[in-house]
Order: sequence, then structure tokens, then C-alpha cells
Amino acid sequence: MAAVAVTADPLDLQALTAEIAGSSTGDGAVATFVGLVREQNQGRRVSFLDYEAYEPLAVRALNRILDEARDTWPTTRIGVHHRIGRLELGEASIVIVAASAHRGDAFAACRYTIERVKQIVPIWKHEHFAGGDVWLEGATADPDDEAARQAALRIACA
Amino acid sequence: MRVTVRLFARLRDLAGWGELVRDVPDPATVQSVWRTLVAEMPALQDYERTMSVAVNADYSKMTAPVSDGDEVAFLPPVSGG
Repeated sequence: MAAVAVTADPLDLQALTAEIAGSSTGDGAVATFVGLVREQNQGRRVSFLDYEAYEPLAVRALNRILDEARDTWPTTRIGVHHRIGRLELGEASIVIVAASAHRGDAFAACRYTIERVKQIVPIWKHEHFAGGDVWLEGATADPDDEAARQAALRIACA
Repeated sequence: MRVTVRLFARLRDLAGWGELVRDVPDPATVQSVWRTLVAEMPALQDYERTMSVAVNADYSKMTAPVSDGDEVAFLPPVSGG
């Protein structure tokens, strides 16, 4: 199992955790994050989400995020899998695993990864709700925007 | 010369297609490819301020040169996670 994936298959947190953390006896902590499809969004009742990705660049951007995290938390290992296609309410859209010697680094690296995913990974949510549909648009993706990266780092280390 | 143009998410919906091979005048930049699209589909114009661009699946700039056979992608603000 690769540390990074963009896939239409259901995500498997346990398998990714085993892949990232299973082989090391030096770890003291594993932090995980699972993003779920929520029923309520901005006052709309969501029916389902359809995720679209520019896959080769999404994989490249995820690997870049892991490189950034390694520079900041050198002993932390991270895995991140993002799902695409149609997702029903309650399904996992993203799973992140960060394993480290200490909990502080594991939590921070996990949080940093999701914040950066939302900034620079070319994936889009097409929200279908009662009465219509809308493309959600968040951040203008610019991996070289150092202010955005620092903002993610501040959130991660808060 | 010929380039492959990729559009995603709402840009794809606005255009009605996600991938096309197009002839563009040589020399070309990402900007010049974008202008040929906007000339045909003015509705895309609004994205110029907020979109990102990529050449051959790597983030790039509007001023970057584009070569024959390149893939040029226009990306609305992202919303993954």
C-alpha cells in the first residue's frame, strides 16, 4: 500500500495505519484524521458529494505536502489517501495517519497535512443537495505561497 | 502547434468538455492558450483571478511557455478534504 493515494475505492484507515506505523517500535504515538461527508453544509441539506481530481497533480501535491512535513517533523511518517467519485453521507473522503516518537509531532503533522490538502491539492467537491448542486471552491492552489504554508503550520502547532 | 487542454470542476461544466486537443499559434504561453478559450467562452473569464494553472501535471504560471504536445490545465479554487 502506497503512503499516498487518490482512489475511487473506499478508504481503509486500519490498513493505512498498519502500513505507516506497523513496522516501527520507535513510535510512541499515531495520530489519525478521517474526513467524512456531512449532511449539513452552509444551510443546505447534502444528498451526496461527487469528488473530482486532477489525479497526477493531486498525487504530486500530496507527496509535496509529505515532503514539507518531513522537513518540519523529520522523525514523523505520514500516509494520506483521498477518495474520489460519488460519496454518500457518512463515508470517508480522506484518511491521514501520522506516526511519531511523540504525540505532539504526530498531532501536528496530521493537522498540517489536512490543512495543506485544503490549500494545494487539485480535488473538488461537487455538492448535490435537496434542490440543486454546486461546485465548492476554496483556496486558489499555489504551493509556493509561503504565507499560506505558514498559516497551515500555525494551525498545526497551535 | 497542438496542445491538450484540461478543464476541471466548474470550469469543465461551463465549457461543456474536460479535455480537448487544440491548435494554438506558436510561440504559446499558458496565458495565450487561456485567451483562446475565453475568446470562445467568455463565461470562463471570471476564473482568471482565482484559478491555478498546470503544465504537464505540474503547477505553473500564466507566463510559462507551452510547447507542442504539452498538457495545459486550468484549475478552479480547490475544495478537497
